[in-house]
Amino acid sequence: MTSTQIKPPAGTAAPRATHRRRELLRKRLTPFGYLSPTIILMIVLMAVPIVMVIGYSVMDNVITNKSPEPVGLENYLTILGDAAFWKAARNTFVFTAVSVVVHIVLGLTFAILLNTELLGRTTKALFRVILVLPWLFTVAIIAVLWRMLLSPNGVVNYILETVGLTGGQVEWLANPSTALAAVTFINIWSGYPFYMISLLAGLQGIPRDLYEAASIDGAGPVQRFWAITIPQLKPLIISLALLDFIWTTQQFALIWMTTGGGPIDATEVLSTFTYKLAFTRYQFSEASTAAVIILLLSMILAFFYARSQRSRD
Amino acid sequence: MATTLTHLPENRPDLRVNRTPGRKNPGKRAATVVALVAGALFAGLPVLWMLSSSFKTNGEMFAFPPRLLTENVNLGAYSEILSDPVKVRFFVNSYVIAFAVTCLTLLVGILAGFAFSRFEFPLKKTLNVVIVSVQAVPPITLLIPYFGLMVGLRLYNTYPGLILTYMVFTIPYAIIMLTGYFNTLPRELDEAVKVDGAGPWTALWRILVPIAVPGLVSVGIYTFMIAWNEFLFALTLTRTEDMRTVPIGIQLLMGQHSYEWNQMMAMSILGCLPVLILFLFFQRYFIGGMTAGAVKV
Repeated sequence: MTSTQIKPPAGTAAPRATHRRRELLRKRLTPFGYLSPTIILMIVLMAVPIVMVIGYSVMDNVITNKSPEPVGLENYLTILGDAAFWKAARNTFVFTAVSVVVHIVLGLTFAILLNTELLGRTTKALFRVILVLPWLFTVAIIAVLWRMLLSPNGVVNYILETVGLTGGQVEWLANPSTALAAVTFINIWSGYPFYMISLLAGLQGIPRDLYEAASIDGAGPVQRFWAITIPQLKPLIISLALLDFIWTTQQFALIWMTTGGGPIDATEVLSTFTYKLAFTRYQFSEASTAAVIILLLSMILAFFYARSQRSRD
Repeated sequence: MATTLTHLPENRPDLRVNRTPGRKNPGKRAATVVALVAGALFAGLPVLWMLSSSFKTNGEMFAFPPRLLTENVNLGAYSEILSDPVKVRFFVNSYVIAFAVTCLTLLVGILAGFAFSRFEFPLKKTLNVVIVSVQAVPPITLLIPYFGLMVGLRLYNTYPGLILTYMVFTIPYAIIMLTGYFNTLPRELDEAVKVDGAGPWTALWRILVPIAVPGLVSVGIYTFMIAWNEFLFALTLTRTEDMRTVPIGIQLLMGQHSYEWNQMMAMSILGCLPVLILFLFFQRYFIGGMTAGAVKV
């Protein structure tokens, strides 16, 4: 089936020309043949749904309503005027910002500790496996595990009480004043290993002679950290942080399975707010509007992520 | 310059590169160990608690003061889960879906990765940007149209519905990773078969794919994990108990018997087993693949 096997009759110019043209066309289409499953899937699973959700967001009601009518930007005004939306946005921001900052600090600390030359390889490998553990569990499992640990008569309360830090059984996830902090803590626990592993790889890529030269110049460990480690890792840290920011603003399962957005709306984030609008209140249009707003926010973050990636090349 | 550098460490032992672990800095070494142990407790204690709880009886779960180590290892929680057809079905569903997603993703990813790596074509850059940016689309944005779409296509509450859905999250990563992987394999390799009159199709399956096995393993593990762990779409696009996956099963159980923590923990242990096993056997691929794909795009 390849060109070498097909022999056009000799001496006839016209068939040869069409043959050559067909050959050229086939060559041009070959890559699209390989890409066709991807392109079809991306159209059906990405382009169509995004057009659909934007369409839904300007209708009066969809899915439950057989003949939806366009209402323009009315849903957008409703959502942006809804105090519950802004509460969810604020919670999302607090949850995300605190998670990202602590992730960086913990991830970097553990990465530096694991990068030490003071310990043997086996010891370091053992610690690395233990420290990476939280990363290996699905969110559903993490949620159930911490619900057990943080329950009023759970082990966290027992330890804190024994040490004398808290008095009585604190309902970490059911108390409006502690719930957001509790889910943020769980998210921190489950997410730092990603930084740790990536930054460990980054640390191993820093040339050793930089540190040696700095030592000779009389720089102490703290100075070396701020003058070499941080500047060398900066692009990686920024990429990781933006990625983590994008992922954490989209977190749903953890909140849904630990608090369900409650108590009252103390841990309501944009994803749980949107989910409830759609699947418990059946306001599919308003939910679509919220979903489009979240999409826009994510695209802005993704733009910065893409730019940080390009500047690294 | 070079001579001063080589002489200095001998004059100043504190500057010498320390290659024997810990001999020279016992204090520093102790501090590092203490910090790492603290970190290990932070990371490992909850996991250890999960493991020990899964071997307790439900009565023991509420013992006061709570005990980390149980005196008599009890397998009751495990046998209760494994003898309940409803709970076993959660696992069967998760395995079927995760395997199907992995195989299909690899197939689509190999084809597209090959096209991106070995051909020049119009719109190549645009398509690449689309695939990269798809990864930033929030799942919740797609959820509502998918619900409408799956109901309309009669794929709601079916395996194919979930399998197709998961592929939108796994394919972009697979393509990016495999394009990168194929790019590292020299073109001479697959161009050699052209001498024998074979086309790119033969080159791909006979030459490139067999060499790319490590890359395929890494993408496969990542894909399997995504499909195994997914929660939001599994929750929304399935309705009946016999279609639920493990993460949803765990949530359902928690709602039904929220005090049988030992069973919940046994279910969790069984639920993380495939990922844990993959991790232990393929640690290098796993970590390298996971981080490289996300950070080096």
